[in-house]
This record gives sequence, C-alpha cells and structure tokens, in this order.
Amino acid sequence: MKYARLIWVNLTRNKRRTILTTLSVAAALFLFVALRSVNTTLNEARDVGSESRMVVRNAISVVFTVPEAYYSWLTTVPGVRRVTWGNWFHGIYQDPRDFFPSFAVDVDGYLDVYSNEMEIPEDQKEAWRRERTAALVGTGLMERFGWRLGQTINMTSMIYSPDQPWPFTIRGVYTPFPGWTDEAFYFHYDYLYEMVEQVQPGWYVLELEDPSLAATVASTIDEHYENSRYATRTETEHAFQSGMISMYGNVGLLMNAVGMAVFFAILLVAANAMMMAARERASEVAVLKTLGFSDRLLFGLVLVEAATITVIGGLLGVVGAKLLFEGTGFQGAGFLPGFEVKLSTAMYGMLIAVVLGLISGLVPAWQAARLPVAHTLRRVA
Amino acid sequence: MKIPLIYNIRSVRQRPVSTLTTALGMALVVLVFVAMMALSRGFRAAIVDTGSRDNVLAVRSGADNELTSGLSRETAQTITSMPFVARGADGRPLASPEVYVLVSLDRLDGGDALVVARGVSPRAFEVRKNVEIIRGRALNPGASEILVGESIVGRFAGTEIGETLEFANRDWTVVGHFAAGGSGFESEIWGENEQFMPAFRGEVFQSITFRMTDPSAFESVKTTLENDPRLPVSAYLEYEFYAEQSALLTQILNIAAVFIAGIMAIGAVFGAVNTMYAAVGARAPEIAVLLTLGFRPVSVLASFLFEALVIAFIGGVLGGLLALPLNGIMTSTTNWASMSEVAFAFRVTPDLLLRGVIFALLMGLVGGFFPARRAARQPIVQVARQV
Repeated sequence: MKYARLIWVNLTRNKRRTILTTLSVAAALFLFVALRSVNTTLNEARDVGSESRMVVRNAISVVFTVPEAYYSWLTTVPGVRRVTWGNWFHGIYQDPRDFFPSFAVDVDGYLDVYSNEMEIPEDQKEAWRRERTAALVGTGLMERFGWRLGQTINMTSMIYSPDQPWPFTIRGVYTPFPGWTDEAFYFHYDYLYEMVEQVQPGWYVLELEDPSLAATVASTIDEHYENSRYATRTETEHAFQSGMISMYGNVGLLMNAVGMAVFFAILLVAANAMMMAARERASEVAVLKTLGFSDRLLFGLVLVEAATITVIGGLLGVVGAKLLFEGTGFQGAGFLPGFEVKLSTAMYGMLIAVVLGLISGLVPAWQAARLPVAHTLRRVA
Repeated sequence: MKIPLIYNIRSVRQRPVSTLTTALGMALVVLVFVAMMALSRGFRAAIVDTGSRDNVLAVRSGADNELTSGLSRETAQTITSMPFVARGADGRPLASPEVYVLVSLDRLDGGDALVVARGVSPRAFEVRKNVEIIRGRALNPGASEILVGESIVGRFAGTEIGETLEFANRDWTVVGHFAAGGSGFESEIWGENEQFMPAFRGEVFQSITFRMTDPSAFESVKTTLENDPRLPVSAYLEYEFYAEQSALLTQILNIAAVFIAGIMAIGAVFGAVNTMYAAVGARAPEIAVLLTLGFRPVSVLASFLFEALVIAFIGGVLGGLLALPLNGIMTSTTNWASMSEVAFAFRVTPDLLLRGVIFALLMGLVGGFFPARRAARQPIVQVARQV
C-alpha cells in the first residue's frame, strides 16, 4: 500500500489519457453486461417451467389444438393428479408491438395447478372466478399499461377474428413467486368458447404426483393418441418452455461472439494506452531502478496501475448498466420480459475488468522490468 | 501550402505497434457492425424476396398472416375467374389457392422446429417466377408427394430425395428439392393443395396468390377485391405482404447493430484520441519546425487529421476483411409472423463493406480532430527552444 501514492501520481500525470482509457473500458463493460444479461434473461425464461408439470400439445405443432374430449381420459392416466387446459390468445392492447402473453384458461384448474406460482388475494380469486369476462393480470403488466383493478379494457386477438374487440374487466392481480412472469394475462376459456366457433384447448397441463413419473406418463399418453386425428406430444413444462425459447435462434452464440470482439477491441485500446505511458516514463523507471526498486516490484507497479484503470472503468460500466437498465425498466420491447442485470453478471464483468487490466499491463510491465538502466539513463542525459 | 501526404504515411509507419493496435481496435468495431448488419440484411432478403411485385396475395379479411386466414373454395374460385388474373399459355388462370400449415420436423442437430408446409396448385411454379425444381421431379397429382426447399435440406431429418416425412398421419415421399432465389420459400415444404387440404384443416384454403395481367394496376385490383361483397378478403401485393413480416426483426437487429457498434465505437474513438495525442506529443519539435518553415496551422491540422484517417482506413479495411468469411454462413431464426423457422445466410454486400469503412473513417475523424487541433495551435517558440 505504501506505493499507492506513486501509482496515483503516475495515473494522474496524463489525466486525459487515463480518463479516456477509463471511459473506453467503461463503455466496453457496459456493453458486456448488457449482452450477458440478454443471455441470462433468455436462460432464465428457459428455466421457468416446472419438472413436475407436463404439457400435452398437438404433435404437429403448438399452433394446432387438442380435442376437449381428451380431458376425461387424461385425468385417468396413472401418476396424473390434476388436469387443466389453456389456449394461446395472442391478445393485443392498442399496439401490436407491445407484446405480452395472454391465455384463455380453465380458471379453476389453473388456480389449483399454479397456486405455488402466483399469489392472489382470496377475494380477487373469487371475483375472477365468478365473472365470465374477468381477467387476471400480473403486477408487471398492470404497471406497464397503468391499469387499475376493476377497469374494463378492450383487446383484440391476432388469432380470433382480428377485427373484433374483446372487452375484459380486470378482477384479479397476481404477484408472481420467484421464477414466474409478472406480465401474463389470463381470462376464462369459457369466454373464448362463447365468442368463437370451433375452439378447443391449445394444450393440457398435467400436474404429476411425482416428477420421476414424467417419462412414463409422456409415453402412455403419446402412444394412446398416436394414431388418432389429433396425435399428441407430451413433455415437461420445462422442456416445452425451452423449446419455445430456442425458436429465437442461437442468440447466445451471437451475444458471446460480439462479447469477445468487444473484449479484444478494448484490450487493444487499454494495452496501447499503457504502452504509451510506459514509453514516456522510461527514464523515470531507470531512475527508480537506480534507487533500488527491484525488477519484480516495477513489474507489479505497472500491472497494478493498469488494473486500477480497468477496474475503475469496469465499475463505471457495470454500475452504469445496472442503474440504466433498472431505471428505464428495459424489457427489449417485450421480447425480453424480466430483463435484469444479475449480481453474477456484474461480478463476472468486474472479473473481466481485472483480467483486462492485467493483460493490458503485461507487455509494458515486462518492458519496465527488463529496462537496461545504464542505456536508458545515457539517452536521457 | 499543404504538407505532403507522404509525411503522414511515413509517420504512421514509424509507430507500427501503436498504429496497428489502434487500427485493429477499430477493425473489431467495424467487424461487429458489418456482421450484425449482414445478419439483418440476410434475414430481410430471405423474407422480402419471397414475394413478387407482379403477384397479389389474398387472405381472409383482416388477417395479416396466412396462419390465421381461411378462404372457402367458392372465394378462391371467384377470385380466379376475375379478369385481372393473368392467364397461362393454355388460357387457364395463373393462380394458386394454397393450404398453409406448420409441421414439426426433427432437426439433424437435435430438437425440432416448425416448418411451413404449403399445399400449392400445379400452377404455383408459373405464378412464382423465382421458384424452380433443382433436383428430382415435379409433384404427381394425387400422390402423397412433397418437394423440399433447398435451405432445409440437410437441416432436418428425412428431407433427402426418396426419403419420407411423416406428418398429418400420412407418409409423404420427397420427390425433389426446389430453389427460390434464397427467399423464404426455400425454408418450406411444398405439396399439392388437394392432398394437404383433407390431411390438415379440411375444406379451407389459407391464401390465394395470383399473377396480375397488369402489375401497375394493383390499387384497382385491391379495391375491386376488397369491395366485392362476395369476397371476405384482404388483398396485398405479395412483395409487401412478406416484407411486412420481416419488418420487426430487421428493425430489432438494426437497432442492436447500431447500439452495440455505437458503444464499441466510443471506446475505439477514445483509443484513437490517445494514440493521436501521443503522436502529436512525440512530434512536437517536428511540428514546431513545420510551423517555422511557414506551413499554416490549418495545414498542420489537415495533416494530422489525415494521419488519423489513414489509421482509421486501415482499421475499416481490416474489419471488412475479417467480416468477409461470414458471407454465406447459414443460420436460422423464427419468423414470428408465421411462427415458422426461416433459414437464411449472412449477407456481406459491397455497400455494407463500404459503410463499414465510412464508419471507421468517422471514428478516425472524431478521434483525430482534437489532437490535430492541438498540433495546429502549438506555441512555436517554446517548443523550438526545447529542441
């Protein structure tokens, strides 16, 4: 620590360069944190589903439906505790680009099966249950559109007669437990059934008695319906979610590749700055050596100096990203619900900053340690 | 008087490490910018090129995609018999009423994805000029046969000629592969509409596409169709219909490209500023001599700006070269408008490379300005005394 002052003086001797380098590291770390948060958000969305719930859907694709008649047989499958169903509504409130998930669901079943995911006041639960046009809305969505409990809103559906307005009254607001989205919109399947001809469930959700039965239950069901007009595909909710997320394509790879490019670009900037600093100070280093500073100490001093720049820059970038994304409530225009900068991402970012500093200081530090004293001093004189 | 450019070029060569690290930093920015734009261009091209400007596509009134549309046989027949529908050599209308469904196929690299299965009329290959069978043969009417688009051959199981795919409880034999100029059709499976109709959704088409006799008359065709009380349809120019589907994702990718490259550029510009200040600082005596010789401050400013631009230009070209190998690499994503998978290639076009170089030059200009101004304003006497 007794060398802190020396390092500080060295850092402040060319303030402009130090500040510019710090800021470029800050920009890089900001970007890094943003990119990585996209990845963690998508991975988290992948992990939402439970392993003890299964989804039965049309084998051809999730856009096709499954018959209502399957319900009673599904309840008899061994290992299945409860069966409920839902349907994708693709509702739109005012602007189609302001996307949020909306479902027509079997109300009693959903309240039962998802009781550990959503917290709803008892009176609101009742109110939602009793009224056919009532909707249950997540806290995040309420906030996004500034809705109030009891408000009637008009939505349209991308799927069912796009011109027709669908009025809903918000009767319940749920608070999600960790891992569940706060932006979903649920309403009565019966309402959909009444308004649309020829509608049947989009999927069934099965609650299992024991997650270890998943494979057996899946094969029992899929074999049973294999040769019917509506063959099924049964998988755990987790696998189902994961499949939906992978439809984005390989976002992770793209983000990582860009992250690498960012890292190297800034490494070059930082390393260049350190080399310039070292070159200018060659004579000083020679003097220090004459005074008895060891090679190893000088090596260390340059490294610490470089790391100080990148760590300060890193802190600026990481904290800046955290504050900015949290302050603006960034959700990637609805494509990245639940977007947040995780603590692990921030820590990882800081680790990168340290590594960046050490690598960028390596060459100048080595040069300083190897500096021939007599030769350099002669040049100065 | 201007300072000869060779002075700067030699100066740049005097400091190879510093020049190269700065240029390489910019090159990486340009690489990311070009790569992301190439991704967005590729996707857009795949979707946009799907439609032709000579064709009209009609779907159920209000629908903006084929998935949620439905048209009865009567509707399709009424449209086909309209006077503005072009006729083929045999005098029959160039129109293809189509069944549009999604099927889930197994990817060869694991998992599955939704692929468009389009039931077309035998005229479809005449209606769509960009589609041609490149291997195998055409569909036989009445048979359980399909053609597979070139982009998905080799990505999904059972897509080679002679193999069979199972969907809708039937086995379909692959009899050929077709190309469609890199467009979205290449990510589809085509079969006969009369075969797909009973196998999937029953007596209903999802869309009808026809060639117009006079492509410039689209507005009147649209009005006629949409105002005809017998026809519950919305009509689109085929080109615009598909272009609209690519708008959102293209926009997101472009915004991401500008956002990411923009922030990276800030870092790289600061790097360039450092380098140029160091260059100016190290050459203070030289600059003083230049000024003493009678070169005007403006010339010195221009000279150092040029030097920054030389470094930036090297960076831009380098970035472009690094991006070139990406051209043609296939990737895929989901077309959210149709919920189906689209395969497409990165498109690194010459104009994109040019933009990359311009981007780099801009970085050089911004990064070089302040150091150059400093050089131009240098007090001569003091510096000269030091020398």
